[in-house]
Amino acid sequence: MNDMRVTERTMSNDIKIAANNVDVFYGDNHAIKGVDVEIENKAVTAFIGPSGCGKSTFLRCINRMNDTIDVCRVTGDIHLEGEDIYAKNIDPVQLRARIGMVFQKPNPFPKSIYDNVAYGPKIHGLAKNKAELDEIVEKSLRRAAIWDEVKDRLDAPGTGLSGGQQQRLCIGRAIATAPEVLLMDEPCSALDPIATAQVEELIDELRQTYTVIIVTHSMQQAARVSQKTAFFHLGELVEYGDTGTIFTNPSDSRTESYITGRIG
Amino acid sequence: MNDQHIASAFDRDLEGIQAQIMKMGGMVETAISDASRALEMRDVELAEAVRKNDKAIDALEEEVSADVARVIAMRGPTASDLRTVLTVLKISGNLERLGDYAKNLAKRTSVLSEMPAVNGSGGSIRRMAKSVNLMLKDALDAYIQRDVDLAEDIRQRDAEIDQMYNALFREFLTHMMEDPRNITACMHLHFIAKNLERMGDHVTSIAEQVVYLVTGEMPDEDREKKDRTPFVTAPDEV
Repeated sequence: MNDMRVTERTMSNDIKIAANNVDVFYGDNHAIKGVDVEIENKAVTAFIGPSGCGKSTFLRCINRMNDTIDVCRVTGDIHLEGEDIYAKNIDPVQLRARIGMVFQKPNPFPKSIYDNVAYGPKIHGLAKNKAELDEIVEKSLRRAAIWDEVKDRLDAPGTGLSGGQQQRLCIGRAIATAPEVLLMDEPCSALDPIATAQVEELIDELRQTYTVIIVTHSMQQAARVSQKTAFFHLGELVEYGDTGTIFTNPSDSRTESYITGRIG
Repeated sequence: MNDQHIASAFDRDLEGIQAQIMKMGGMVETAISDASRALEMRDVELAEAVRKNDKAIDALEEEVSADVARVIAMRGPTASDLRTVLTVLKISGNLERLGDYAKNLAKRTSVLSEMPAVNGSGGSIRRMAKSVNLMLKDALDAYIQRDVDLAEDIRQRDAEIDQMYNALFREFLTHMMEDPRNITACMHLHFIAKNLERMGDHVTSIAEQVVYLVTGEMPDEDREKKDRTPFVTAPDEV
């Protein structure tokens, strides 16, 4: 059944990120087992699966966040637009400017709202002067759908905002460096339903410009926001396909068990 | 796949709506067999009972719709659960229509019992009603057993119902041409035959829902259609 007609879910069909035979080990623990996946450009891809299935670990491979963990070892390769992101000449800091990340808990810097957003563009030298920086801050906060709420108090501390506003501020901060890809690790798990709906609406708008990958424990959220869904289980990528198909007629019985809320 | 949900109340909800379908199915089977028996035996009381009982079938359909809406709102069913809920809703609609046709058959029985019998027609109608009822019983079995092969067999059997209808159409046309006094009775009998033919289509639709429920895809529409009556101008053309 083609339920993709329900809302417009057009996709570009170009591949933004290609992972090939990726394994991740935390010491002796084999956390990701031979994952192959192609992430589409300008689409939202949801990673779902039970706790400990490896979806966050895999997400963190995509911007080399796992480099910061000593015992973590990643093998296989991941290409961003054909470029091997684990190649020796790649600077992880520059890479993370291209692949931004938003975390589970809103984590604004203990600085003003303005500085939270301006920090990234400043250190990456994206603005020549104050006027350009102001423009980036405004544009990013507008994109993050929070500008109207904070434009009169840009000097107030970011930590003084509500949880939902803080998370949108963090999204604004992540897109201020003009990334190509946005990784979101359970961005709504600390938010109430209204703030969640606002962030989901934002995600849908962001996919016009960015490739978004979202890890979520809420299956309904994956169904609502994504065009592609990947189901992870015990470190394996069990099934990857169009969200509409995964939620109406998945081909793997483990996927079916998980999304229908049965014991696997 | 495991059969049981972590939330056992979800299992009870799904079992509940499917049990309603089976109950509704049983009521419709009874309605069809009682209606055809009433016609054959000219039993006006039995026909009246069929008409009255249709209200209970209609009420059950509304109950199913309300319960399905509740399950969708509260459980957010996906994949096979979603297909279960959707097919329950569609099948209850089919069963409700089957009940209506049985009621219509019973209504015409009251009129027909006042008229002289048309030679040989009672037996043919009874056989057709019996075939439809057997198809319905099998469709409900296929549903509860998730039996795609049986469902496929039912879809093919609809062609036999169409052929029975063709034969009755020809028979009634002949009777009417032979003796215009047969026209009123034959018109009623023809509507009964036509309704039985439509019942076959609703049963086929139930069988198709079984295929969708199990496979996630609707079956291909490649069945042979045997109803040739739309093109007929004289009895010998059917």
